[in-house]
Amino acid sequence: MFTGFDFDVIARSLPYMGQGMLFSLGLTFLSMLGGIFLGTVLALMRLARFKVLNVPAGGYVNLLRSTPLILVIFWFYFLVPLALKKISGDPYAQGIGPFYSALIAFTMFEAAYYCEIIRAGIQSVPRGQVHAAYALGLTYGQAMMKVILPQAFRNMVPILLTQGIILFQDTSLVYVVGLTDFMGAASKVAQRDGRLVELYLFAALIYFLFCFSASYFVKWLQARYHVGR
Amino acid sequence: MDFSVFFQPAFSGGGIYLDWVLSGIKWTLLVSILAWIIAFTVGSVLGVLRTTPLAILRAPATAYVEVFRNVPLLVQMFIWYFVLPEIVPQGMGDWMKTQMPMPEFWNAVLCLGFYTASRVAEQVRSGIQSIPRGQTYAGLATGLTLPQTYRYVLLPMGYRIIIPPLTSEFLTIFKNSSVALTIGVLELTAQARQISEYTFRTFEAFTVATVVYVLITLAVTVAMRALEHKVRVPGYIGAAGK
Repeated sequence: MFTGFDFDVIARSLPYMGQGMLFSLGLTFLSMLGGIFLGTVLALMRLARFKVLNVPAGGYVNLLRSTPLILVIFWFYFLVPLALKKISGDPYAQGIGPFYSALIAFTMFEAAYYCEIIRAGIQSVPRGQVHAAYALGLTYGQAMMKVILPQAFRNMVPILLTQGIILFQDTSLVYVVGLTDFMGAASKVAQRDGRLVELYLFAALIYFLFCFSASYFVKWLQARYHVGR
Repeated sequence: MDFSVFFQPAFSGGGIYLDWVLSGIKWTLLVSILAWIIAFTVGSVLGVLRTTPLAILRAPATAYVEVFRNVPLLVQMFIWYFVLPEIVPQGMGDWMKTQMPMPEFWNAVLCLGFYTASRVAEQVRSGIQSIPRGQTYAGLATGLTLPQTYRYVLLPMGYRIIIPPLTSEFLTIFKNSSVALTIGVLELTAQARQISEYTFRTFEAFTVATVVYVLITLAVTVAMRALEHKVRVPGYIGAAGK
């Protein structure tokens, strides 16, 4: 079945696809950082006693979690330039470029998923820890930063990384707005050279190798650093 | 904001833009529900195979799950639509390229179905594995064969335990069906984008699509909660107090 295969087309376009892969990895890494940060804020808001905090956070998370990622990407591609014009007051304001638009879309989208993971992580810390922290005279901020969050994050590392692998796969969807991530690069070469079979199978293989080894690493990490209770 | 745009005559098709939205909803529901039937059937079989004591059955099921879980859905969509007709035997490839009815639609259904099957398989496996081992032994000790033990002991319990995670997979399939737009299925997200391109009413078009997705989520959540309540095991942990 591989007789008519042109492996040379892959070799020729490797540097181009390598740049695409760097784009994918960069987008994954940065939106993971942004998503975890924003997700932590959202999780703390959802766990807060005040309605003014937990209702909007809950609404945001549920809204984003019931919307397809592709639609969210379209939304942010439409909204980000509008917001920029509003903020700067300049109707001809320059955009911030496709990479940052994608980064904002993914950060906002993943924050909703990270929020739920982190909320569960925080809730998994025994309540006595909170009481103990307050009894020692720590403020809310100190109790969170020094007692609760460090324990919560330690329990969450594997699942946060697994979500990162899902995010890496999801970044392939920037294809819908024409960006050149790894998949975008593969599909551009595929269409330029009329070599869809080779390029798409190659893309599948590379994604598989990356995600499979990453998930094995997560499993190893989980076994190695599991904190027994 | 001006939602009257949906009642204006559409650029093509003879109706109004609302008809485009309704047609998008129809295809989203069709792709998702047909794909779910595949995912549930194939996923159940794979999940059961992964828990059997026979390595020769476990290994292929594990390989399937690893492959389908570790390749992005978009890539799988392209492989079903662009690559498969080229690498299957000539006659079948020609049929797929020229005579297959609605090739975008059916390839999207198959792709989404077999992709989600790998995720359903993981849920079914973890459901079965969460049942205490003693129940399997008890089943076998009372003279049931292994298939009977699955049929009468493990599966009735396992499925009921995994209703919440299956609900979330079922919700995911509606969202993932939007990836079908990349191979040309005019489902809800594609229609929203198309309306925005023809009318420049981007905000209105995306808002309507988002609201429909939220409504689908709400409907599925309510229905599954009712199902969960109906089939819950009396006195079992998790069901109690909820």
